[in-house]
Amino acid sequence: MKRLIITGALVLTAVAAAGFVLTRAAPLDADRFDSIDGDASRGETVFIASGCASCHAAPDAEGDGKRVLAGGQRFDTDFGTFAAPNISPDREAGIGDWTVTEFASAVTRGVSPEGRHYFPAFPYTSYVHMTDQDVADLWAFWQTLPADATANAAHELAFPFNIRRAIGLWKQIYMPDGFVLSQPETPEVERGRYLVEALAHCGECHTARSALGGMQRSSWLEGAANPSGRGKIPSLVPDDLDWSAKDIAYYLESGFTPEYDSAGGHMVAVIENFAQLPKSDRQAVAAYLKALP
Amino acid sequence: MKIFITSAVAAATLFTGSLAYAQDDFSGQLKARQGQFRIMAINLGILGDMAKGETEYNAEAAQAAADTLVAVSMIQQAPMWPEGSDEMSIDGTRAQTTIWEQTDDFQSKWADFGSAAEAMQASAASGQDALGPLMGQVGGACKACHDDHRAPAD
Repeated sequence: MKRLIITGALVLTAVAAAGFVLTRAAPLDADRFDSIDGDASRGETVFIASGCASCHAAPDAEGDGKRVLAGGQRFDTDFGTFAAPNISPDREAGIGDWTVTEFASAVTRGVSPEGRHYFPAFPYTSYVHMTDQDVADLWAFWQTLPADATANAAHELAFPFNIRRAIGLWKQIYMPDGFVLSQPETPEVERGRYLVEALAHCGECHTARSALGGMQRSSWLEGAANPSGRGKIPSLVPDDLDWSAKDIAYYLESGFTPEYDSAGGHMVAVIENFAQLPKSDRQAVAAYLKALP
Repeated sequence: MKIFITSAVAAATLFTGSLAYAQDDFSGQLKARQGQFRIMAINLGILGDMAKGETEYNAEAAQAAADTLVAVSMIQQAPMWPEGSDEMSIDGTRAQTTIWEQTDDFQSKWADFGSAAEAMQASAASGQDALGPLMGQVGGACKACHDDHRAPAD
């Protein structure tokens, strides 16, 4: 009997330890960026391509106001309402006192400087593919942005989705090991893959999610329900989207479909970003979409 | 007697039903406002295909398309957008209730389309290179309004 109790205790301890390891928030190594210099002007391109301002600018920001990352936009989902935080360089209200490694851990691993998990409304399952150089460039550009003192609003999430520790397990399942398109055939497709799968995080809306809210990579970019509960987000795979590569690139520049209807909803912000990127980047996205199975 | 009452009830149902139909479906207004957007799309197509280089640039055709956009921008909008003709109340429209809740914003965005159309009218005949940025301006006006006031497609 005593033996059984000891064995039981050992098993429980092992399970608890495993649970602790599996759910902990692992930041990047502190010295990872020691030999990487960031370039602010290249970082601006990363910033635009990654759509940071589309979610983190104030709800009614226009023009240059979109560079003030005060937060406050609200996102309704099946799990509750997320409120975008202030990520401006303000040292108190924003993230001005972070190091580049803390920034990189947040963006590419979803781990805060305090060692907590961020909710995956923050698209780190896409940004995980970001190169260290791009993260460093982005952080260099961040230092040129205006600070703002707006306090963060709280997320409104129902139990059990409000348990941050559980996100550690979620990440074990849903953090990707590699790109979905494993063999890009040309440098253009490879650039398109980086834009679509990493920076522009297209899959976050255009790929269906599981009941736990993870992207179902087996149906990559095949369309999904709109998280707002209204309408459907269209499929981008060649079987469904019969636009030419030229049409896709022009849509990303102007917002016009081949029938000259115009984009609406959240795609408006996406196109606003893509329109500011080099033409070659819009063509690369088109080439990537055409290369999908 | 029973037959009479049944017929009367049926007739009354039919009558009120058709009255309600005439009052609430706004099919004329929907056709008119969707038709004007269709005219816009056709003429933007003429200009956009030239901007993209898919059709050869033709100053006269570009000017005619731009003139048409300005003409559409001058159609008075209010009679086509009666209260209750939003997508929550009736089928066949994606017009969000925000159009009636934020009328000033809706009107100012329609006016922005007018300004963009006038810019297009002023320069459409000056060459293919001018069309790209002009299309961008018109597209910006379209998107700005669709962003807030048009419901997502099903």
